[in-house]
Amino acid sequence: MEIPKSFLGYKRENGRAGTRNHVIILPVDDISNACAEAVANNIKGTIALPHSYGRLQFGADLDLHFRTMIGTGSNPNVAAVIVIGIEPKWTKKIVDGIAKTGKPVEGFHIERTGDIGTVMKASKKAQEFSQWASEKQREECPMSDLWISVKCGESDTTSGLASNPTVGNLMEKLEPLGVHLCFGETSELTGAENVCAARGATKEASEKFMKTWNDYNDFILKEATNDLSESQPTAGNIAGGLTTIEEKAFGNFQKIGNLKFIDVLEPAEEPAKGPGLYFMDTSSAAAECITLQAAGGFNIHLFPTGQGNIVGNPIEPVVKLTANPLTAKSMSEHVDCDVSKILSREMNLSEAGDKLIETTLRVANGRLTCAEALGHKEFVMTKLYRSA
Amino acid sequence: MATDIIIHDKKDNVGVVVIEKITPKQDCKCWIMENDSSASIQSIDEIPLGHKIAMVDLKEGDTILKYGHDIGKVVKAIKKGEHVHVHNVKTKKW
Repeated sequence: MEIPKSFLGYKRENGRAGTRNHVIILPVDDISNACAEAVANNIKGTIALPHSYGRLQFGADLDLHFRTMIGTGSNPNVAAVIVIGIEPKWTKKIVDGIAKTGKPVEGFHIERTGDIGTVMKASKKAQEFSQWASEKQREECPMSDLWISVKCGESDTTSGLASNPTVGNLMEKLEPLGVHLCFGETSELTGAENVCAARGATKEASEKFMKTWNDYNDFILKEATNDLSESQPTAGNIAGGLTTIEEKAFGNFQKIGNLKFIDVLEPAEEPAKGPGLYFMDTSSAAAECITLQAAGGFNIHLFPTGQGNIVGNPIEPVVKLTANPLTAKSMSEHVDCDVSKILSREMNLSEAGDKLIETTLRVANGRLTCAEALGHKEFVMTKLYRSA
Repeated sequence: MATDIIIHDKKDNVGVVVIEKITPKQDCKCWIMENDSSASIQSIDEIPLGHKIAMVDLKEGDTILKYGHDIGKVVKAIKKGEHVHVHNVKTKKW
């Protein structure tokens, strides 16, 4: 298949391009969710991103909170942002961070105004942003404007056999076009950590990966009350035939094909070393991982599943593929790309990779994913430790 | 072309069932992905889609190889053709 040279995206002020054109209402903290949701309810064409945190956090945990908030607002799939927080200082910090992209952003704080006054002021601005964004048109963008993140979920042995290698095949075909790529799931590389580290493009990248994985493993060994066999693999994984974390890890690892990663990113960190594959230190829980990757600036997500994970994200479209024929049949409304014919050998890996590229581009050009059509918009912040 | 079992790597001692299920004493066709070769095996257990079958006799303490890599240890002897899963294999991690 000849790979297209471009897609239709929304060009942004900072030179990036979006596959979506959202106006988001971003609460700084848990207690500002009600305001944000009220504004989104008032003004059509906007979405609120409620979440559970943002109070009394400190240190690296607070840094991650700000990085996730600012990164989410800065994502090129977002046209404009309303930020609402209880206090002015943290609200302004997030507004200032997002403003560096040049996109419209305005902050409102609730103290001394109350919910009702804040909803009124923020709604007026949100209406202005929504109508402004509605006039934006899709334009031809080079493939290098695609930033693709990947994560697998409810994996089974068909993931490692077929759907993850399909993603790997897509990566091998798109990397030469200057696409940014990102995989994560620190915990679910356990058992394959040495093989993964050897895929670092440089000694520094390999060492950084091993340090990240060792830090994670030390934490697990410190906190675990049993051998984790109840959690990893999950009950769904085991039902699908996966027996150990090592087996899951080697299956997971198929998603990067034969590529090497050029750098290791902190959770929600934006890549800074140009096009190519990055590893991001993330949770292996689907919604947390995608939320962090979206905050890192990725504008389309590929999600292979075995038993049928149904996750979506409010700003980054999540394309699902499966190679499990039972899942493709029984949960068809969740499957954007069915590659189950690999198992019956009616389709080879390269054909599956082409099919996934075609689906990815249709979604990049505007086709709603299954998760979008079904209303999945899981926005889940990662919290590192207890609050102050 | 169709196959009942797929084996990732020629070093692997387990294969994955890729049809809805295999039944006891079924003569199964196997495809080894790595070198595109074929093999066959007779099953002992009923094994559902996605689950593993032992391609050789395995004794306690043996290492299970899949993708050509170590994915865990045998904790209960397994005969060639039997179902390989959490009842007879455990992680070496944690």
